[in-house]
Amino acid sequence: MTQANKITGAEIVIKALIDQGVDTVFGYPGGAILPIYDELFQQKKIKHILVRHEQAATHAAEGYARSTGKIGVVFVTSGPGATNSVTGLTDALMDSVPIVVISGQVPTFMIGNDAFQEADTVGITRPCTKHNWLVKDTNKLAEIIHKAFEVAGSGRPGPVLVDVPKDVQFASGRYTKKNEIKTDFIKKEPSIDVKMLDEAINRLELAERPIIYSGGGVINSGQSAVNLLRNLVAGTNFPVTSTLMGLGSYPASGKNWLGMLGMHGTYEANMSMHDCDFMLCIGARFDDRITGRIDAFSPNSYKVHIDIDPSSINKNITVEAPLIGDVSKILSMLTARWKERGSKVNKKKLSAWWKSINNWKGVQSLGYENSSSVIKPQYAVQRLEELTKSYNRFVSTEVGQHQMWAAQFMGFEEPNRWMTSGGLGTMGYGFPASIGIQIAHPTSLVINVAGEASWLMNMQELGTAVQYRLPVKQFILNNERLGMVRQWQELLHGERYSHSWSDALPDFVKLAEAYGIKGIRCEDPARLDDSIREMIDYPGPVIFDCLVEKHENCFPMIPSGKAHNEMILGEQTEENSISDDGAVLV
Amino acid sequence: MSLKLKKGVNNQSAYNLRDPNLDYEAAHTLSIIVDNESGVLARVIGLFSGRGYNIDSLTVAEVDPNGHRSRITIVTTGTPKVVNQIKAQLNRMVPVHEVTDLTLKGKAVQRELAIFKVVGNGNQRVESLRLADVFRAKVVDSTLKSFTFELTGNSEKIDAFAELMTPLGLKEIARTGIVALLRGDNSS
Repeated sequence: MTQANKITGAEIVIKALIDQGVDTVFGYPGGAILPIYDELFQQKKIKHILVRHEQAATHAAEGYARSTGKIGVVFVTSGPGATNSVTGLTDALMDSVPIVVISGQVPTFMIGNDAFQEADTVGITRPCTKHNWLVKDTNKLAEIIHKAFEVAGSGRPGPVLVDVPKDVQFASGRYTKKNEIKTDFIKKEPSIDVKMLDEAINRLELAERPIIYSGGGVINSGQSAVNLLRNLVAGTNFPVTSTLMGLGSYPASGKNWLGMLGMHGTYEANMSMHDCDFMLCIGARFDDRITGRIDAFSPNSYKVHIDIDPSSINKNITVEAPLIGDVSKILSMLTARWKERGSKVNKKKLSAWWKSINNWKGVQSLGYENSSSVIKPQYAVQRLEELTKSYNRFVSTEVGQHQMWAAQFMGFEEPNRWMTSGGLGTMGYGFPASIGIQIAHPTSLVINVAGEASWLMNMQELGTAVQYRLPVKQFILNNERLGMVRQWQELLHGERYSHSWSDALPDFVKLAEAYGIKGIRCEDPARLDDSIREMIDYPGPVIFDCLVEKHENCFPMIPSGKAHNEMILGEQTEENSISDDGAVLV
Repeated sequence: MSLKLKKGVNNQSAYNLRDPNLDYEAAHTLSIIVDNESGVLARVIGLFSGRGYNIDSLTVAEVDPNGHRSRITIVTTGTPKVVNQIKAQLNRMVPVHEVTDLTLKGKAVQRELAIFKVVGNGNQRVESLRLADVFRAKVVDSTLKSFTFELTGNSEKIDAFAELMTPLGLKEIARTGIVALLRGDNSS
């Protein structure tokens, strides 16, 4: 190969990204990644969004990825740039979000010398990525980047990191095209166990008290999986519930919808999970927020578990019928065979089952006592839902009570419309995520439902929102508390509110004005609707400071260490609800 | 009707069929074929430490220089559920190509190599040499008051030899940890 056919490592990075169809990168420059930024400067195909902190770049990339189904891309520099990306990588790993982080690194000959802004990036990010690479040879750079995209997007999606030393960016090397790389590193899906599938269908046909429990895997699998799920629900008339990550895979307005399940799920969803005799788990992983006490979890059911990740099978809950593979592939096989066999269900028993479910629904577990003098947070979210649901709308959240209220009271008709940090529970996720979403959907209404404490964790991103004229709406339920922490302290720690209040809060309206955007404050329930409309109609970013009841608890709730049928529904039932055993759980 | 069988009557007895989800721990020898690339051992070990699994023994070396593949042999202890998790988690890793549970797969040859330094005089010295002969240990180094023995065998044999050498002036041991392959003509 002649010198003429070679290009620099930095050029290779940009070329490979274009080859991968990347149009947007979130990032922050620094010494060790300057050659790549120099190349970025000299091209037009990739748009770069300058964030104000690297953590925000990763969350923005997550928001971008989850709202589009594409892979999010991040540039960070070495040392602190890379370490700041760790939270976002871990978040993406827990929630199966495909992102590719490209980090600068000190030159290869300085690695290990404690050079300026050196950190062992591949060492630090090894447990929080699906895979990571340190590139030592420019000739291998293109191949590794293409591999990185393949690993991030295939199987169960997740984050990857490519660490590129500065001398590798400067040196010249050969470019390998996307379709020229070897693909032997891709994990093969195991073949589907047809006997197991048939046994599962037998049970489905005979089920007296069935439930479908769907998760984020349905959304990750794509629109065909979503359609298959909806058709299966329609065909069987089975009730369906979903995890926090799976909201939107079945429409909230659908007649078989029971609402979210789990720790703050609805009474009907959790009781159905507990009492069912047939559970079809689709793309969910029996997380501890879902199961409650493991040994009392759905004790009498035959469990079918569809998951693309073999390590999810029997990890927390032992299932009778594991079906390993992509949700849409397995669901289409299952549906086809079930139809072949005559689309049978146990209709008579099913209508009795629906009767019990409707009785549970009658409990109205999401009920709360409204007030005319103070805005109840549930009411605020309800009004937000009512006034925005007709829009082309995307919602992100931070983490805490407001997140659960949003999950309870907002309805999602379509997948990829709801972006929240589920597995890791990252406060500070929502604002940068809303930026990523708005970048991907410039004309849509993007709302971040936030708590004031979470929101402050990445408030520096106001600069990003203003710079790129992103009309993101920051709907802050301000209770001047770390609401969920306060709730646990009330229930578990003798009402000793250790450091769970937000002191020295900024004036959010003035903060907005300082950035030249709009701030709205509302503390009167009667004015709430008008204020929300004002927020929606304003053509730029808005901070909405919604002053809400300070001591509201989020119910219903399965206390730690309790089973699904031991939910507490409200203030009056909560006394002594958590045992000493439960208190040690998170 | 109750089954009146004595525990362990024979290996085929239904009494010995155990529920795979019963909570009992057993040692499993896992043989893992990985890409021999930088950091691969750290990935595997990091998985064990990060998820709280045990490592009783670990060996690693390149076994296919042309294909850049290494074999890692790990002995781990856990309930069947945990061991299944370990295998699934290992299989998920990009540089991991094959995970074989030799303990489940059938009979495996398991060997360990150890080097012992024994220092002593007179009868002690003669006795150590005599015992080494019984164990078929080789003398690989010697001074006027010491022997260095090399011994290969399963772990119990190494343990037994170490125990015998202790009163005879055992100063130091180096052990490789277990390497293992499936018996018979099948590859693992």
